[in-house]
Amino acid sequence: MAEKPTLVKCLVWDLDNTVWDGTLLEDPNVELFPGIRDTIIELDSRGVLHSVSSKNDHDLAWNRLEELGLAEYFVHPQIGWGRKSDAVRLIAERLNFAEKAVAFIDDLPTERAEVNFHAPDIRCYPADEATKLSGLPEFSPEIVTVDARRRREMYQAGFRRDAEKETFNGPDEEFLRTLDLVMEIKRADEEDLSRVEELTLRTSQMNATGVHYSDAALRALLADPDHEVLTVTLTDRFGPHGAVGVLLLERHPDLWHLKLLATSCRVVTFGAGAVLLNWLIDQAARAGVHLAADFKRTDRNRMMDIAYRFAGFADDPCACVAVLGEPAGEGVQRLHLLADRREAPTTMRLGAPELAAAAGEKDAVA
Amino acid sequence: MTAHGENTPLTAETLQKEILGFLTEHIKTDVEPDQDLFASGVVSSMFAMQLVVHLEDAYDIAIVGGDLKLDNFRTVEGMTGLVLRLRDTAEAAGNA
Ligand SMILES: [Zn+2]
Repeated sequence: MAEKPTLVKCLVWDLDNTVWDGTLLEDPNVELFPGIRDTIIELDSRGVLHSVSSKNDHDLAWNRLEELGLAEYFVHPQIGWGRKSDAVRLIAERLNFAEKAVAFIDDLPTERAEVNFHAPDIRCYPADEATKLSGLPEFSPEIVTVDARRRREMYQAGFRRDAEKETFNGPDEEFLRTLDLVMEIKRADEEDLSRVEELTLRTSQMNATGVHYSDAALRALLADPDHEVLTVTLTDRFGPHGAVGVLLLERHPDLWHLKLLATSCRVVTFGAGAVLLNWLIDQAARAGVHLAADFKRTDRNRMMDIAYRFAGFADDPCACVAVLGEPAGEGVQRLHLLADRREAPTTMRLGAPELAAAAGEKDAVA
Repeated sequence: MTAHGENTPLTAETLQKEILGFLTEHIKTDVEPDQDLFASGVVSSMFAMQLVVHLEDAYDIAIVGGDLKLDNFRTVEGMTGLVLRLRDTAEAAGNA
């Protein structure tokens, strides 16, 4: 190559499944991938700054970085639920760097595409190349000055790093539509059940009820005509996300009871929770039933709390919930909704069974 | 990050102006204080969540339970009322 590539002056890291091996909201003790610490320290010594763009609970993520002894390496970290292109551009702006001097590393192709969509000059790297970065020319300045080594301290002197708690808007609809998202809701069969169990165990953040259903319990419910066990898969133009959600619903004559709703952290920013709830509410409206949902607030399921409330679930009393008895488990609230018709989602295609029709058949027998 | 220090009085007028500013900056569209943001399709459900987190951080309040209902976020006027009410409640509790 005749020309040297533009040097990267700041590398912005994703955290979950990029810096550490796993998802913090599912495993509070996530450990670093091998070689990550060495790469961060090596690049830092060359004067390359590090920053963070992570969709996470700010305080939990920052505490974990402190526990891992890495927090001090990051300038202007952006941890929240907004879109990453905004985060990365804000970091560039704060540092007064051109976007072509900034790089971004993330395990998810959708996130890299989102950054590229809004900020095409920012170079994006997949997470599995993390430990190779220090060997690339764009991360290898020819002369490393003493000032370069001290660059981070100089930048850090100018601001209170841990005071940063910026929030951004979620991915806009225009970008989401470029992903060709397809959500498939289906009645679980025997084969789906083991994946369902794994999902309810792993996706603690978005498990609204906090109640775990074992494989055996779900198998029994599968055979129960009063219950619906539904699994959710999501695909985008980069490929399948796999099983990203599970719903457990019990039918009563005038009421459907949502006992379990869990979605993977990865699809939160696609608005998957709201899409699922709106679909269910529309089905209930067509069946002419009320909806009740069990919800247990934790410090990890805030987004689901907001999704339930914004969908219209409330604490208002209704006589219909009398058939349900007491909520199972301490701290479990029972939310209620008078179901009304809802529009189909505008950001993804949705394939789903007709619960309303099935309910009608069962009511006819009763 | 708190937009207002202890000693800065927060009036409905300044609050409304700040929220309008936040919306304009993030959705690149001018909105009216009484405009229904959801009915007009200006705001997506994902952005609504960001709005909740922003109001909490900027005004040092916690919006939970019944206060999270969509009607409170439908218009800038509604959000202004919600923030002022929650700040009054927090102050009353804090000074007690
Ligand atoms: Zn009811």
